[in-house]
Amino acid sequence: MNKTFFLLIVLTFPIFCFAQKYKSIKSYVRFYSEAPVENIEAVNTKSTSIFDAGSKRIAFSVPIRDFYFAKALMQEHFNENYMESEKYPTATFSGQIVGLDPNSSATQQVKAEGKLSIHGVEKDVVIEGELKPGENYIKVKSKFMVKLEDYNIKVPSIVTYNISEIIEVTVLFDYAKL
Amino acid sequence: MRKINPNSRRILFSIGILLLFNLSTMAQDDLLEMLEEEQEPESTPVSATFKSTRIINGHSIETRKAGSMEVIIQHRFGRINSGIENFFGLDEAYIRIGLDFSLTDKLTVGIGRSSEKATYDGFLKYKFLEQKSNGGFPFTATAFFSAASDTRDRPVEVDFKHTLSYVGEILIARKFSPGFSLQMMPVWVHRNLVETPEDVNDVFALGIAGRQKISRRSALTFEYYYQFNNTTDSPNYNSIGLGIDIETGGHVFQIHVTNSRGMIEKEFIADTDGDFWDGDIHIGFNLIRVFQLKRDGKPPKPMEGY
Repeated sequence: MNKTFFLLIVLTFPIFCFAQKYKSIKSYVRFYSEAPVENIEAVNTKSTSIFDAGSKRIAFSVPIRDFYFAKALMQEHFNENYMESEKYPTATFSGQIVGLDPNSSATQQVKAEGKLSIHGVEKDVVIEGELKPGENYIKVKSKFMVKLEDYNIKVPSIVTYNISEIIEVTVLFDYAKL
Repeated sequence: MRKINPNSRRILFSIGILLLFNLSTMAQDDLLEMLEEEQEPESTPVSATFKSTRIINGHSIETRKAGSMEVIIQHRFGRINSGIENFFGLDEAYIRIGLDFSLTDKLTVGIGRSSEKATYDGFLKYKFLEQKSNGGFPFTATAFFSAASDTRDRPVEVDFKHTLSYVGEILIARKFSPGFSLQMMPVWVHRNLVETPEDVNDVFALGIAGRQKISRRSALTFEYYYQFNNTTDSPNYNSIGLGIDIETGGHVFQIHVTNSRGMIEKEFIADTDGDFWDGDIHIGFNLIRVFQLKRDGKPPKPMEGY
């Protein structure tokens, strides 16, 4: 009896996991650095995300080389020297959403607790965001700060007036039911 | 039903818990895994094979993105073996000032003026093959063509066509790792007028160059051009260069030692009269500043409804 019971649990567990998933259809990831000499912004629309409404888990992946900069050479330096995108091609987040009422159709302020991985360094973070449920879609918006030092991204002293130590990251995702 | 003994029940229970635990941790990362499965490893053009469009004297395969303009100031001091009376060469200066414009991501045109032989030069540079990541195309290739006019005052008046020289070159490079790149460049130099009847008009050479990064923003470089057929009557040596690239934001600063005085292909490949091993070495630097005059494409806009 015991064996069958466990087998049943083990076999059905993945089914729960794969229920009610949403996948991103559009994305917008922007980062912004404000410094005395210049403000730098870069935008990426090639990110992907999955949201599991059942387990309230969320994950997203940002391809580093797809950030668009106003200055082409800056984009090259960003990839080559700062993010080392050949070695670390993506930045990812994987976490659990807390404070979400699944039955509400109103826009909700939520938090996501999980791991943010940038430049090969993984950190436990809590990200605040806004979740807007719809008929067959969900919209998620989040703004959070990233401290470069935490992710071993070194800024040479000669450009400390050009690049902020703390970068503001804005993430927007439009999801559709999978 | 047969009674299971408490021991094996405990074992079964632990296995069950372990399996569940396994699955639930999987569930944490399976979302990321799903994302990664979708993002097939793309084969994209490899960037930054070299830090700069120049290696030391010669060009690298690099072309800047469309709408970029580079201001280049190249400077060579005199020979370090010229003694204290010449302050080891620092009293002398040879300069080339140049402007490069990137018309497309792959096509660059440039103009320059060298103090040596009062030479004006212009070039076209086109990247026609690109190395791709993840087992894609293995190397990058750039074609280079330049023309130069030597406008020195001469004792005898010469026709304009006799002041001209041409260079055709194919640059082939591979970025073997994020830190190490190697380049080969077969070159043809044609001079409409040569100094003596013994000098040849056409010189063929093969160059080899490389860089090894020593930190995220600096690299060691070398460059060597072997001439197959130049005259041996007048002093003529193969061009050698050793250097360091330092990159600071929008600047690339290159400092090096070389036995060549000229900073255009026709000069340093076919007309280097310094013997590197005899101490005919020039300390030099290239200062390159990149400006973005125009940018292709527009920054993407955020979605509506937030």
